[in-house]
Formats: sequence, C-alpha cells, structure tokens
Amino acid sequence: MAQEFMQWLSHPGLNHFLIVSGILFSFGIFAVLTRRNAILVLMGIELILNAANINFIAFSRYGTGTLDGQVIAIFVIILAAAEAAIALAIVLNIYQNFNTINVDEINQLRD
Amino acid sequence: MDLFTIIFYSFAVITLGGGAVVVFSRNIVHSAFALLFAFFGVAGLYVLLMADFLAITQLMIYVGGILVLILFGVMLTSQVLDVQIKTGTIQTFPAVLAVSALAGTLVGIFWSTDWKTTAAPPMEVTAAKIGEMLLTSYLLPFEIASVVLLAALIGAAMIARREKNA
Repeated sequence: MAQEFMQWLSHPGLNHFLIVSGILFSFGIFAVLTRRNAILVLMGIELILNAANINFIAFSRYGTGTLDGQVIAIFVIILAAAEAAIALAIVLNIYQNFNTINVDEINQLRD
Repeated sequence: MDLFTIIFYSFAVITLGGGAVVVFSRNIVHSAFALLFAFFGVAGLYVLLMADFLAITQLMIYVGGILVLILFGVMLTSQVLDVQIKTGTIQTFPAVLAVSALAGTLVGIFWSTDWKTTAAPPMEVTAAKIGEMLLTSYLLPFEIASVVLLAALIGAAMIARREKNA
C-alpha cells in the first residue's frame, strides 16, 4: 500500500493537478467564509477562479487532447479581470461612505 | 524522480504555500504578496500542462493587472501607517469544519476516480491555434467578452468616481 502510494506520488498525472486545484479551491472558500476584510474576500475569489482554471487546462491536456479547455480558461481570466475592477471600485466606494470595509459591519444599503 | 516530477512538486508547493499564506496571514499586505506566489505557481503548472500562451497570459493579467489592482485597493482602504492593517476573521470554527469536509470530498473524488485520459499529444505552440479558435468556433463568446470588458471599464470608472455633492 505504502509502496503503491509512493509509486503514485512519483508519477504526476491528471489526478495530481486536480488535487492541487481542489486544495486551492478549499483555501479560496475558506478565505471567503472567514475573512472580514472585503479585499481578502476578493483574493479568495481569485484563488477559486485559479483553481477552476487549473481544472479546465488539466482536462484539456489529459482528457480531450483539444484546446477547448484553454480557450474557456481565457474567458475565465477575462471575467476575473472585469470582476476585480468592478469589485474594487465598489469596495472603494463603500470605504468612502462607511469608512470601513469589514463585510460584517456593512449592513445598510443607504446612509 | 524525473525532472517533470520535481518541477511539478515545486510549483505545487509554491501555489499551495502562497494560497495558505493568503488565507491564514493576519497582515493584509502579506496576503497580497503571497497571492503573487500563488499566481506564479499556477502559471508554472500551466507550463507543465503545455499551455504556454495561458501561462504568459496568467503572468500578464493576474500578476501584472489584478494583483496591482488589489494592492491599490489595500493601500487605499487600509490605514497603512496605522495598526489597522491587521484583519480579523469571523465564524472560524464552522468554516474550518465545512471547508475540511469540502476539501476531503474534493480530494477523495479527485484521487479515487479513474478519469478517462487520452495519450498526451506532443508539445506544440498553442497561441496560433487558440487565436484561430477564438475567431472561428468561439467568435460569439469572444465578442461578448469584449463588450463585457468595455462595460466593466465604464462601470468601474463611474462607481469609483468621487461624487461632488453626495
């Protein structure tokens, strides 16, 4: 069993990339769930998007052998850039209005 | 232990180590800089997956764009010269439980599933093919993405603008 596991460890394949992305995804979810600072929540979302991208590209490489996964990963990156720009603009606006960006203290839609 | 294995584990450690610091560091500036290593490690994994164009795109857009944007956000919303730069966490215990369950499930599934794989094609330059696909079979999503980026640009400028009499 142990030898089998070592054998598995020393030959990285599709599963290894998927496991790395799974752990990265869990880190992202943890940041989104626990952080009070809105910018750290955004960083967690970026980690989640990166984990999803690793999956797309790993399956594109080992699963289908075509480049469709890579094209979809490009669209994910485009949307991540748009999301980061909009979200940071909103965070800046919230900071000007409430003087804090702790997500548990912002509980009003208007002042 | 061939070269591929060594490089894979180096980049996996860089990615997951960076991600762990992002999540667990109390200092938001440390988190922001650890995010750099996480993005860089992911770019390395892309290279190992023969996605050369994606790796460069990752470095340019994430490290060069999004990370700088996030750093601006940190600088503009934290009192950097103050002690305010430390950040707290909420509902840590339930989150640890939920996330451990999630991570265990994901890793278990990824580990035990016998994915249908095909023989990996030889390394080739992907940029030309990706460009061709973007302008043929993915033309509509490509155009929509350009409109989304324009809308996001205008929207971000509108939202972040200081109101004169608000």
